[in-house]
Amino acid sequence: MSNAFVDFDRVYLAYDEEGGYAVEDISLSVREKEFIAIVGPSGCGKSTFMKLASGLRPPSKGTVLAEGREIAGPLKIVGMAFQNATLLPWRTTLDNVLLPLEIVQPFRANFKRDLEMYKERARGLLKTVGLDGYEDKFPWQLSGGMQQRASICRALVHEPKLLLLDEPFGALDAFTREELWCVLRDLWAQKQFTVVLVTHDLREATFLADTVYVMSKRPGRILVRKEVDLPRPRDLEVTYTDQFTSIVHELREHIGRIRKI
Amino acid sequence: MAKKRPLDTWAPWVALTGIIIIWQLICTGFDVSEFIFPGPWAIVLSMIEFWGPIQGHALQTLWTTTAGFLVGIVVGVLMGFLIGSSRFMYNALYPLMVGFNSIPKAAFVPILVVWFGIGTVPAILTAFLICFFPIVVNVATGLATLEPELEDVLRALGASRFDVLIKVGLPRSLPYFFASLKVAITLAFVGAVVSETVAANEGIGYLMMSAGSQMRMPLVFAGLIVISVMAIVMYELFAVLEKRMTGWATRGMDMQP
Repeated sequence: MSNAFVDFDRVYLAYDEEGGYAVEDISLSVREKEFIAIVGPSGCGKSTFMKLASGLRPPSKGTVLAEGREIAGPLKIVGMAFQNATLLPWRTTLDNVLLPLEIVQPFRANFKRDLEMYKERARGLLKTVGLDGYEDKFPWQLSGGMQQRASICRALVHEPKLLLLDEPFGALDAFTREELWCVLRDLWAQKQFTVVLVTHDLREATFLADTVYVMSKRPGRILVRKEVDLPRPRDLEVTYTDQFTSIVHELREHIGRIRKI
Repeated sequence: MAKKRPLDTWAPWVALTGIIIIWQLICTGFDVSEFIFPGPWAIVLSMIEFWGPIQGHALQTLWTTTAGFLVGIVVGVLMGFLIGSSRFMYNALYPLMVGFNSIPKAAFVPILVVWFGIGTVPAILTAFLICFFPIVVNVATGLATLEPELEDVLRALGASRFDVLIKVGLPRSLPYFFASLKVAITLAFVGAVVSETVAANEGIGYLMMSAGSQMRMPLVFAGLIVISVMAIVMYELFAVLEKRMTGWATRGMDMQP
């Protein structure tokens, strides 16, 4: 309990009175700097889980703790990225990445004064994801993979302790996706934040995460917790090993069982 | 954006010239009376003859139209903001707005005349009444159709509703706003001229009305042409402004794979 960074204790959430629960009886805890992945069939309440973790939605029942305190309202320590890059088309890539700094305190108060410093920081981030030279391009001039990289930079620019990713690579082709796995892996290794990754790609979950949770169909429950004990740092090569395949296989069987019910 | 071919640029002028020539041929060929349907040449002659008065009346119409249009922008943007940024306001006011908009604005003119007398004020108000609705609808739509995920990103950072409105809603609704201006300015001309025809001593609408009662048909048609030229110029002005202000919106469309 003491080393839990985000802690779900028997959490239920219903969006409206009649609709029933979107997620049910979720209990899990995430250590600081842990990388967890949540997998499950579509419509299983994965995105609901994100809303709970970010504080956008209070639970109907149960408690969600972040850093030992109950979440009341949006958490400023989170960064989020979604399947759609949701970049603002009237802003350049650099200005898009700077957006959170215009909103989150204490950056917001010093925004004008420290603008140059912030720009440097944003440029540095863009460079680490391989987007140097694209700072002044508009999002619609970038490819889907590049937009997603920029979106991840935007999620990280205010140095959040918790990164929430909702199928961030879902819309990309297989090669770009694997490239971005490595980008995320390196960012995580370098910056040391906690990650909650929601995905339906089991290989993605296995490659990136320390712990994988399998969720059931709606109402979403957590069915299985699987620790991925592959050694780090992991290289893409690891995805071709037997150990990797057997983990993916095991997860796939759980999902298959859910879909049959 | 793809470069326009020269043919595209000239197309409207070619069409216009063609129509004028056919028009003139019909009028000359069938010997149509000038009192019924004057040809282009007769119209040009009367335009030259009455250039002084036409100018004065045109300026009056331009002024009432622009004034009504400006009031329309202010009211339209404010109401659009109100309706677009709150679901409650949207539900409460939108049906009323639709009902109001379905009233023919010409029907307001007699009321406005009772309140303000004939002349400039009813023309301005009619122009305003007819042109603010598209602005309201467009601004409200721009604000109301925000992507929920984008809002989540900002709200999760602790952004207030106002932050979201300023950082995202406002720039996002700009293309809608500028598109509505093009519609609104042409409607404003309609409103001003309608009001002038029944309740004014000045303006192109009045000029046409009195020329008609004296059977000076070429002058009536000259009035029509002056209105349409002014409306086209204003429309193009706002089209250029739209392109300059919100080029990202259309270029974004073109660039999409």
